Amino acid sequence: MMLHAFSQYTDKDTSFYIAKPLQLEEVNLVSSYYSQNGDHSAITGGIGTERVVDLSNGLDVTLVGWDAQQRKNTLVMGLGIDHHSSASSAYVSKTGASKTGGLRVYPSLDWTIENEKKGTARGVGLYLSEEYNYSSFGVNAMYSKKTKNNGEFTGKLTGYFDRVKMIYPSEFVQVATVTAASSGGESKSKIPTNPRVTGTASLSFSQVINKRLQGVILLDGVAQTGYLGLPFHRVYFQDGSPGIEKLPSERFKLPIGIRLNYFLGDKIIIRSYYRYYTDSWGIKSNTASLEVPVKITPFVSVAPFYRYYNQTAAKYFAPYKVHTESDQFYTSNYALSAFDSKFFGVNFRIAPPKGLFKRVSSLEVRYGHYSQTTDLASDVISINLKFK
Amino acid sequence: MKRNSLGKIALFAVAGILITSCANLKEYQKSRINDSEMILGNRKVEKNELNFQSYREGASGANVGKTGGGCGCN
Repeated sequence: MMLHAFSQYTDKDTSFYIAKPLQLEEVNLVSSYYSQNGDHSAITGGIGTERVVDLSNGLDVTLVGWDAQQRKNTLVMGLGIDHHSSASSAYVSKTGASKTGGLRVYPSLDWTIENEKKGTARGVGLYLSEEYNYSSFGVNAMYSKKTKNNGEFTGKLTGYFDRVKMIYPSEFVQVATVTAASSGGESKSKIPTNPRVTGTASLSFSQVINKRLQGVILLDGVAQTGYLGLPFHRVYFQDGSPGIEKLPSERFKLPIGIRLNYFLGDKIIIRSYYRYYTDSWGIKSNTASLEVPVKITPFVSVAPFYRYYNQTAAKYFAPYKVHTESDQFYTSNYALSAFDSKFFGVNFRIAPPKGLFKRVSSLEVRYGHYSQTTDLASDVISINLKFK
Repeated sequence: MKRNSLGKIALFAVAGILITSCANLKEYQKSRINDSEMILGNRKVEKNELNFQSYREGASGANVGKTGGGCGCN
């Protein structure tokens, strides 16, 4: 009997302390092709082509393990590489001789420790982004706690520490700097940089409301400081003379959003989202989107979606040749103008229980068409392959 | 009434419902809630379209996406 009791104790003790090393859980490959056209480039002062083509590829590797305290450890390693071609970039140089292509590389690392007994999770993340004229380093920390009633609070703090390379339009700089900018960075160290810091505090609360309905409230407070414009964005004043975009060195953003997802019947899901946004530059905006996945089979779904967005103009925006040099701040960047936009398309997803082929467990393809009342229009097609 | 005001009223009404709601569901009652299409976040395949929207529009954030970093200069 004593032996039996001892063996029980040993078993319990051993199972509690068994750690399971990190093992490959899944790999996600996301590739996108983005094509855009418009006629209000900020580089040429609110007029001129906004033609952009961007090809991006991102790879996420997720590893999962259990530590000695039986906490779930999740490590996500990401690497993204984008290659873009932007017609307006040629006009950083007045003659149209600047390079139009560029590469952006952005690795990331996220580590989360989840205590399923306590319903808590903690995590940290690191991000890097590097492109010719801009570099960014980001760090975050998060904490979440589940409630007894199928709810969950999450808090997250994020900081981005960026450097903007001061590449000016050719008519504003000495010949040496323009040559460096045009030739793809042979004299990188000669071009000074300015800092941009972004701090974000995010809070969210998700709740299962019943067997078919769940939602989440999302609140971000975002504070930015530093060089918040871009040095190669031109402004043309009323008298026709050129200037460089000038914006305040501080900005505070307050977006609040809500998602509600409802399972209607056995085959239809309604995914809804609304966001209200306001900031210290005078932009107020509404975003509403609806996506309706229809399950053709339990493992195949087709989801048409529609997104509507509107915004008021920033206090500092005016079109080509409207600003005066006596204005304190000025920009002709149409991302800060008043406009409405629409985005619609379809998402296709297939995820059979035994996988698609070899190690591919699911495939998702998504196409969308985007248009703004500024006449900017774009198309984006993306594919996500999940490997297990 | 302006669209902004209507939006804010709707947002606070739904937020109130969410905060005061509570469901004591057992695991076996969550088959629909746990469906992959019911996820309360963005799809991985949406990553790049959210990126371009944040660059082409003045507003960003509150969508479990990133709110800084990267240039979006072009």
